Amino acid sequence: MLSVKHNEPVEFTEEMLGKFAEIVARYPEGRQKSALLPILHEVQAVYGWLSVPAMDSVAAYLNLEPIEVYEVATFYTMFFLQPPGKFVLEVCRTGPCCLVGAERIMAHIEQRLGVKEGEVTPDGLFSWRGVECMAACGYGPVLQIGPEYTFYENLTEEKIDKLIDELKNKAEGRELTAES
Amino acid sequence: MARKLLLTHIDVPGIQTFDVYRQKGGYRAVEKALKTLTPDEVVEEVKASGLRGRGGAGFPTGMKWSFLAKPEGVPRYLVCNADESEPGTFKDRYLMTHIPHALIEGMIVSSYALGANTSYIYVRGEMMPQIRILERAIAEAKNAGFLGKDILGTGYNLELYVQPGGGAYICGEETALLESLEGKRGNPRIKPPFPAVSGLYNCPTVVNNVESIAATVPIINDGGAEYAKIGVGRSTGTKLISAGGNVNKPGVYEIELGVPVEEFIYSDEYCGGIANGKRLKAVVAGGSSVPILPANLILKTLNGEPRLMTYESLADGGFQSGTMLGSGGFIAFDEDQCIVRNTWNFSRFYHHESCGQCSPCREGTGWLEKVLHNIEYGHGSSSDIDLLVNVAKNIEGNTICPLGDAAAWPVASAIRHFRDEFEWHVSHGQEAQHRNYGLAHYADPLEPVA
Ligand SMILES: Cc1cc2nc3c(=O)[nH]c(=O)nc-3n(C[C@H](O)[C@H](O)[C@H](O)COP(=O)(O)O)c2cc1C
Ligand code: SF4
Ligand code: FES
Repeated sequence: MLSVKHNEPVEFTEEMLGKFAEIVARYPEGRQKSALLPILHEVQAVYGWLSVPAMDSVAAYLNLEPIEVYEVATFYTMFFLQPPGKFVLEVCRTGPCCLVGAERIMAHIEQRLGVKEGEVTPDGLFSWRGVECMAACGYGPVLQIGPEYTFYENLTEEKIDKLIDELKNKAEGRELTAES
Repeated sequence: MARKLLLTHIDVPGIQTFDVYRQKGGYRAVEKALKTLTPDEVVEEVKASGLRGRGGAGFPTGMKWSFLAKPEGVPRYLVCNADESEPGTFKDRYLMTHIPHALIEGMIVSSYALGANTSYIYVRGEMMPQIRILERAIAEAKNAGFLGKDILGTGYNLELYVQPGGGAYICGEETALLESLEGKRGNPRIKPPFPAVSGLYNCPTVVNNVESIAATVPIINDGGAEYAKIGVGRSTGTKLISAGGNVNKPGVYEIELGVPVEEFIYSDEYCGGIANGKRLKAVVAGGSSVPILPANLILKTLNGEPRLMTYESLADGGFQSGTMLGSGGFIAFDEDQCIVRNTWNFSRFYHHESCGQCSPCREGTGWLEKVLHNIEYGHGSSSDIDLLVNVAKNIEGNTICPLGDAAAWPVASAIRHFRDEFEWHVSHGQEAQHRNYGLAHYADPLEPVA
């Protein structure tokens, strides 16, 4: 994931622009605004969140007013307008999952990570939040982790502990290879 | 064993791939429709099948298709609603994950019937794995000549694309979905005009649920009349039911419409009874928006008839003693569950998901959430219960889209059937405050159900 600061200008890579062009081609001539959500997802997958300069660059690319991008980015819950943790644990908090223990799982995550909902751990690795029904109610409690929205089902406290350890190792392993 | 039409080959290894799906008879419906039927004949088959929209409202699919305007020189669109966000519902995810070509095949047949040359599948953004699965399935189908230009040499062209949402329940509402697909906020449109006249890009558009579209495949293969033989009365065919909550075997089940609710809950073929040997307390039968019913009323109607899994039987008794089949999100509550806490949770959901365009919904859902929170946490007063009923009444029917109703019904029905629990919370403030999860016994034990 590339890191980007709040005021840093954002220029898209050739690879990203290629993807954008592929997306725009799905819609009729002049309807390129339809590409907005898919492109915002692509941008978020690369940077982890949507900074204002990133949204401005999307607006320029799609020939939209920046406000048209902001109003969409603020409407949909999947878009992060502040940098979250590298891994965001999104736990379903809706009724059916609560019948099978989702609240207990959220309490455990909060305690294990030591941060409240929406906050980032000091090492920048984790944040967590409750989200609404993820259409997986039969496998609850469930959580997902972007940008590929990998699913973890039938959660228990033990599974959470294991997952957090694995993600930590993964992050450290990746840093090692980057240095060597 | 019940007859399966959508999930027949779900257990076949590799059924996600084009080759295996095709070996099992897949894409025959496309061949039959494109080579031997006119688009209007396909519409007639779907009409004859009696298929009703599986997204929640149950509107007859063939009739909806026949309303599509067909002005000269204007493109028409088919948009598949794969936003699946109604709490309790997870069948579309299941179908798209395990047998994606059933949806792709249905999209081709349905697009042909409607004369659409570009179609979209709008999938909620959180289902990124399913989006990848569908994109791969589309590429495979295109490679095999079932999508693209001049399909099977018939001269029919179709491009199919997957569109991700951004995390908003309201985008399941069809006009909000179209706004979102146009790259805007998901604010529902005022109807009329209906999408059949002015939908995507102001062109005539049909929006259908994943399951409705997949159902056109067996309908074309076997004929609408055959499909209509399954089921009871105006509830024809099979239906995917998402079973969740406190059942032994949560999961997605394809039922023939007409299975008794009692059999669905207790038979080993389906839910296998209530988990941990507990008793059934209540059921939300069709996704979070439909009225909750206590155990006795979900198993039998007020007249003592066994309740069946059909549109009509579940609705028997109206909102006084009945409910709705809705999207088929079947949520079972065991004897320890707290109805007040669940009602508060659902209200929080609707408040969070209200798009905010109309004040009865925007303000009303916030009010419901707040008052229910007070009651659940032991700060409620007895007048609050009537206040909730009042607020719900004032939302219902006064909004642009049905999300307002969907927020009001769960509250009104919970109070109708479980008023004693609300009163207990009000009169036992201290105790209610210190209970974290609402999991303890406090209501009178239910009469054991026969
Ligand atoms: C708030 C709200 C949310 C909805 N969510 C969904 C959904 O997730 N999936 C769906 O198919 N229909 C949903 N619907 C129903 C759609 O508006 C529409 O009726 C349906 O997609 C039509 O398809 P069908 O006729 O095949 O059922 C929702 C409706 C409302 C009011
Ligand atoms: S009823 Fe609610 S969700 Fe629907 S348009 Fe009005 S404010 Fe938006
Ligand atoms: S309630 Fe958690 S996935 Fe549906």
